[in-house]
Amino acid sequence: MSRPFDLKDKFYENRLFLNRIVASVLFILVATAGLVIRLIYLQVMGHEHYTTLSRDNQVKISPLAPSRGLIFDRNGEVLADNTVTYSLEVIPEQVPDLNTTLAELKDLLNLSDDDISRFKTQKSQRKSFESVPLRLQLTEEEVARFAVKMPYFPGVEIRTRFMRSYPYGHLTSHVVGYVARINEAELRSLDPAQYRGTYHIGKSGIEKAYESVLHGKTGYEEYETNVQGRAIQVLNTIDPVAGADLYLSLDIRLQKTAFDALGEFNGSVAAIDPSTGKVLVLVSKPGFDPNPFIHGIRKQDYDILQNSPDRPLYDRTLRGVYPPGSTVKPFMGLAGLKILNLSPGRRVLCPGYYRLPNADHKYRDWRKQGHGSVDLKSAITQSCDVFFYDLAHHIGIDDLHDFMQIFGFGEKTGIDLAGEKSGLFPSREWKRKKRKQVWYPGETVIAGIGQGYVQVTPIQLARATAILAARGRNVEPRVVDTIKASYEIQPPYPKSGEEFVADLKPEFWRTVIDAMVDVVHSQRGTAKAIAPGLAYSVAGKTGTAQVFTVRQDQEYKKLKISKSLRDHAWFIAFAPAEAPRIAITVLAENGGHGGSVAAPIARAIMDQYLLENP
Amino acid sequence: MNIDPVLAQLRIMPPQRASLLQKFHIDLPLMAGLGGLCTLAFIILYSSGGQDVNVLLRQAARLALAMVIMIAIAQVHPRRLKYYSPALYLLGVLLLTAVLIAGKISMGAQRWLDLGIIRFQPSELTKLSTPMMIAWFLSASTPPLRLKQLALAGVLMLIPTALIAKQPDLGTAVLVASGGSAVVFLAGIPWRYILVLAVLGGSLLPVGWHFMHGYQRDRVLTFLNPEADPLGRGYHIIQSKIAIGSGGIYGKGWLHGTQAHLEFLPERSTDFIFAVFAEEFGLVGCMSLLGLYLFVLGRCFYIVVQAQDKYSRLLAGALTVTFFVYVFVNVGMVIGILPVVGVPLPLISYGGTSMVTLLTGFGMLMSVQTHRKLLPNG
Repeated sequence: MSRPFDLKDKFYENRLFLNRIVASVLFILVATAGLVIRLIYLQVMGHEHYTTLSRDNQVKISPLAPSRGLIFDRNGEVLADNTVTYSLEVIPEQVPDLNTTLAELKDLLNLSDDDISRFKTQKSQRKSFESVPLRLQLTEEEVARFAVKMPYFPGVEIRTRFMRSYPYGHLTSHVVGYVARINEAELRSLDPAQYRGTYHIGKSGIEKAYESVLHGKTGYEEYETNVQGRAIQVLNTIDPVAGADLYLSLDIRLQKTAFDALGEFNGSVAAIDPSTGKVLVLVSKPGFDPNPFIHGIRKQDYDILQNSPDRPLYDRTLRGVYPPGSTVKPFMGLAGLKILNLSPGRRVLCPGYYRLPNADHKYRDWRKQGHGSVDLKSAITQSCDVFFYDLAHHIGIDDLHDFMQIFGFGEKTGIDLAGEKSGLFPSREWKRKKRKQVWYPGETVIAGIGQGYVQVTPIQLARATAILAARGRNVEPRVVDTIKASYEIQPPYPKSGEEFVADLKPEFWRTVIDAMVDVVHSQRGTAKAIAPGLAYSVAGKTGTAQVFTVRQDQEYKKLKISKSLRDHAWFIAFAPAEAPRIAITVLAENGGHGGSVAAPIARAIMDQYLLENP
Repeated sequence: MNIDPVLAQLRIMPPQRASLLQKFHIDLPLMAGLGGLCTLAFIILYSSGGQDVNVLLRQAARLALAMVIMIAIAQVHPRRLKYYSPALYLLGVLLLTAVLIAGKISMGAQRWLDLGIIRFQPSELTKLSTPMMIAWFLSASTPPLRLKQLALAGVLMLIPTALIAKQPDLGTAVLVASGGSAVVFLAGIPWRYILVLAVLGGSLLPVGWHFMHGYQRDRVLTFLNPEADPLGRGYHIIQSKIAIGSGGIYGKGWLHGTQAHLEFLPERSTDFIFAVFAEEFGLVGCMSLLGLYLFVLGRCFYIVVQAQDKYSRLLAGALTVTFFVYVFVNVGMVIGILPVVGVPLPLISYGGTSMVTLLTGFGMLMSVQTHRKLLPNG
């Protein structure tokens, strides 16, 4: 190669090389710009987003469940307690050989296959360093048996947990209610922040109605975690606040008296202090043992309760609707006095039946031979049906409906418990709307003695009785008397009002209440059987609620119909009649006659309450 | 003879230190840049390694060894490097083959050759020997390159690349391929060939997909949508992005990077150390680090441009470009714009293997620079 050519070649090559270097530098600068843009995107634009993610990453919050408030009766007896239970718990990652350990524990503590499979399910849902319960509620003996062998079981430990218990079981099953595991639907409606770490929730009774107060405030432990979620360091602890303790106005001894006095009968007893609305007794019999529900009752046990003909799970006091029968008569009397301006001396002849003008149908009196000539007082005392047939007919169903509403017929009482039913006192409009039918005069007639469409719940009738005893002052029944909390609390049910709902002349009240006193204290009274030995005066009224309608041409033959079709026996009363301190309603299902079955139950309660609290 | 007074002055007053640096063939600006990067490395490593001094000491020992090797290589004249290129290349390929046959299986891939005392990764050798070989081959050529030369250079590059990809070690394969490609590019492959190769490569992507390992495919898919598998393969990328993003402009401060310290970030001292740095020092820190890399690259390009023979400048240029590819692939992967392949952040990531290779490369660059004046003209 000649020298000039070589030089030219060299020059070309150098230029090309420099071009390539420039291209490389450009490539590097463009690529670096790409990195820079991406970094700006992440660190400036995305900063807030990633900061949030970063904080979520490192700080975990673990809830500290509060201890549930206790429930006491008016004398400080514990009705719902928190008791320590021992549970056997396993931290899987600390157990060298899980299967062997499980097999050994199974022998040692008689674990069931259910226990093992439940454990395995729960274990699969948790991290390996979290404690998983293997067996809840160890007995003292089991605790002792395990404690001896504990060193041979690394990663297995006994933990104490607080569990609800109901020492009075059946006695308080409906009113206090019970707690049980939170289910999916409840979880959705609850404040998740407050219920993290809480496994149980009130399902019925006080436990449900006062859930927000009993639960307390969940505390938190904030801790830093690493990627496995394992706690490294606790950053901050907010202690939980225990739930409020509830003191009921209920007297558990009275409750037991009422429960026992019902004897063989199913039924309901509700007693209210008419001056305050405080509920003294709230019994629905039969009850059930709420304790197994806390851990989850076994299916077969639940089926037994569910399928029992006595329906122990059914709260008769709040949810049972029955015709009130003759117990409405004092209220009907007040309606007559008010609406018709009825003279107390006005008399009606009771021939044993009542017939509407221009009609053939006979409305029978419970006393076949009739009561003869009766005025309002004697009609109440002797429970004459014909008098009230006539009265109702003259008042008319609409006025009657409006008046009875004052005493809460057809409406919920607003008691501080969940699941109350409203009962029914019919009206023309109700029938048109709900039944799409016109109202017949005969239906007014039978409403006059608390039959036909009229339906009440025992608590409703107890409230009406209490309003009557308080001579028209409103009574809102309340089971919870005081709430004791370590922090400010808004009671879910405010104290009841003091206003008058029935503004009636004093002589109207006197007339009706005198008649009710005669029900117990006079020779013709339907509840005279409880009078002997009474240390105070009682105003009462018996009632019989028909379960089954006797056809026009048939007679009610008590012995021929089965017990389940027998009439329900009612008794309403308050005492002392002149200054009532207790108003009471007793329902004995299929008890037959109120005077002989329901009244003595009421007396037992009144005796105990009034004589022990003079 | 007449002595140029200026030259005479220079001869009279060469600074003592400069002469020492000259004696050991050390390029001061490059050395300063590398020193800056290594200093930063120790600062980050102290944080990412859980403030364990032993980690620093181990890394310091590796750095010292690598520095000794670098300076030793700098003493070697580029002529000698060129002379040994084919032999080194052959050795590298043979060792790679040996690895595939008898290599230790580590982390599900065959990369190590157990030599008793040290475990040796032959792929590291080929990172250097491949561009050396191609530079040796193409230094005899004159531009424009002919197709036959290109094809041969391509084969020289593909043999070690394929062997490494087979191990499988996608990251190293990428680095080896880019080293070889850089030589070919600098040697003057016509742009039209580059275009053809790009089109060809694009159309061969589905074929390449077919030959990929399952986990490699997963990596690509994960890269395209990391949130699809947040606890599995996407986890690295998501956690890394959280660390970087939460760092913000000024960072959380040294030793205050919660992501890294709470063990959310995987491989936080090795491949993902940039995320730790970005979390603690923020955008400002990242810019400074990239600036430092650009400074080193700038000095390298200066050396490349000044290189006096063809082999030297092809090799030096290829090493420079590869160095940048290192940075780009690692940072790109950590910030989520490239698939996760195992490429460490040069001179910052914990570990000795890649550091020795890198500093050996810089030793070669220093050699190119410091032996320049001793070269005969032409």
